[in-house]
Amino acid sequence: MSELDDPHAQAIDTAIASLSGLPGALLPILHAVQAKLGYIPPAGVGRIADALNLSRAEVHGVISFYHYFRHKAPGKHVLQVCRAEACQAMQGEKTEAHAKQRLSADYGSTSPDGQFTLEAAYCLGNCAAAPTVMVDEKLYGRVTPERLDEVLAEWRHR
Amino acid sequence: MATRIFISRDAAAQALGADETAVALQVAAQAAGRSVSITRVGSRGMVWLEPLVEIEHDGQRIAYGPVTAQQVPALLAAGLLDAAPHALRLGRVEDIPYFAKQERLTFARVGITDPVSVDDYLAHGGYLGLKRALTLSGAAIVQEVTDSGLRGRGGAAFPTGIKWKTVLDQQADQKYIVCNADEGDSGTFSDRMLMEGDPLCLVEGMTIAGVAVGATQGYIYLRCEYPHAEHALREAIAAARARGFLGRDVCGSGKAFELEVRMGAGAYICGEETSLLESLEGKRAEVRFRPPLPAIKGLFGKPTVINNVISLASLPVILERGAAFYRDFGMGRSRGTLPIQLAGNIKRGGLVEKAFGVTLRELLYDFGGGSASGRPIRAVQVGGPLGAYIPETDFDTPLDYEAFTAIGALVGHGGIVAFDDTVDMARMARYAMEFCALESCGKCTPCRIGSTRGVEVIDRIVQGKDREANVALLQDLCNTMLSGSLCGLGGMTPFPVTSALKHFPADFSPQN
Repeated sequence: MSELDDPHAQAIDTAIASLSGLPGALLPILHAVQAKLGYIPPAGVGRIADALNLSRAEVHGVISFYHYFRHKAPGKHVLQVCRAEACQAMQGEKTEAHAKQRLSADYGSTSPDGQFTLEAAYCLGNCAAAPTVMVDEKLYGRVTPERLDEVLAEWRHR
Repeated sequence: MATRIFISRDAAAQALGADETAVALQVAAQAAGRSVSITRVGSRGMVWLEPLVEIEHDGQRIAYGPVTAQQVPALLAAGLLDAAPHALRLGRVEDIPYFAKQERLTFARVGITDPVSVDDYLAHGGYLGLKRALTLSGAAIVQEVTDSGLRGRGGAAFPTGIKWKTVLDQQADQKYIVCNADEGDSGTFSDRMLMEGDPLCLVEGMTIAGVAVGATQGYIYLRCEYPHAEHALREAIAAARARGFLGRDVCGSGKAFELEVRMGAGAYICGEETSLLESLEGKRAEVRFRPPLPAIKGLFGKPTVINNVISLASLPVILERGAAFYRDFGMGRSRGTLPIQLAGNIKRGGLVEKAFGVTLRELLYDFGGGSASGRPIRAVQVGGPLGAYIPETDFDTPLDYEAFTAIGALVGHGGIVAFDDTVDMARMARYAMEFCALESCGKCTPCRIGSTRGVEVIDRIVQGKDREANVALLQDLCNTMLSGSLCGLGGMTPFPVTSALKHFPADFSPQN
């Protein structure tokens, strides 16, 4: 296992210091770490486990259970494409295929230029204006392949 | 005096450009030397009209929509700020048939008030329910909820009052109220809209629940796909706390109630209440065996009321207007109203709050205007990814828990996803199994393994391999999942699969 560098260790320690007193603190801590670093460094698992009196296996088990938590750094932006039924009913699979092709990436991977990590989402709650994608925290509705190109262009150099 | 303008801050409105429209209006008004004050409100629920712009004129709100940022300068020149005629002018929102035909009880304030303003909330009837609840005993509040006929709006439709009674009757040093805001079903967004458009209503509802059963701590477990709702909830909770509606002494009653938002992490299974509790405790969200019920041993082993957003947000109106008022809406054993969501391939998608009893056909055509593509609607899925696919022949079924059970379907959380005649139902059946495999918590075998085998069997059927034997195998597998799974994920995934196979058998052939 690689060593944690200082900023990473600090981010984890800050999250632990402010949140470990909460009942059921593990998810809030993981959220805080990922919000700061973009992912949860595997080398930091032991630190979190020690603070909560858990085993590394338990912490790893939680991280790997939830789709949202990442164990490696994402690209500059995260593009979530909804794959659920309402989007499929509006030809969302075309938008999906287009996203993969444009970014030369599959779900869970990052475009070669490091700009976008592509993630599958199972409902973004915008089902009356499908298909839907979300870039970081910005939601877009009625995203045809053409519209997706505009969205990507808007974010590419932000 | 500044002209008041209302534009939605709802995620769906933002997804269609509401932020850009608001900025463009501010800029264009300034350039024209007009003073305007823009309030960001919830969405009226007519998503096809978003971004919707409402201008206050002679004490009325006149709507224009959909208004993109590009159209703003021309609209302003045409007299938008004076509510002048225009092709995009819709008149009073209350007169638009889609809106006028609704019965808005739970969503009464959504789209009207500033979601995070306590003053606005109070000015529109907010906290009257809690005020009355504080004059009643816990048992009397629970009785009121039981008498209202309210059943869990998350999908299980369990009588809310009965659940509460169990928690009320427990002796414990700590009890909890947990709000299930893990709205993962595709085609549903009423929880999100309520949390973004009137979060104080949820805060009030949870406080009423706390006062009723003697719980002093509440948690809202919110899915992480809803950042807009998170911001609205956090703002609303802080505002309520600052005004003494949350805290150690709620409204000077001597009763304590605290509230915290906790974020989920992208696991559909957390919509199942026991796995949600596991997740809140900081664990892998694996489903618990029942008994014990969460009402007896719930969060951290303590008696816990766990209810869906809409169930909790319906409490203020029930307490304010009384059980009979609410119960008088609806049909049969389905009392009150349901915020229905029209989604997928539908021309006029959005939120329709109606008393139970409205038929699918009325919803799809009178409200929804048919498909977005203009092609015939071939099937609808009601109640999320675990809901059955319903063919056109059943569209006259009224929205009612028992009527839906009778046709082998479920109302669930009230999401309706429409598909036109280009849909491949074998593909949708396969997706249901695929989704189950992806989201299974892994605790029980029928769900964990059955879903993967289900995908394989459907593939073989579609390829025409030993069709009859494989169809029989799929039915058998579905029966095993149905009766052998620990929770609804494995237990209900067979519904979309078998309904697709039953109503659309031709789609499951190699010729298709």
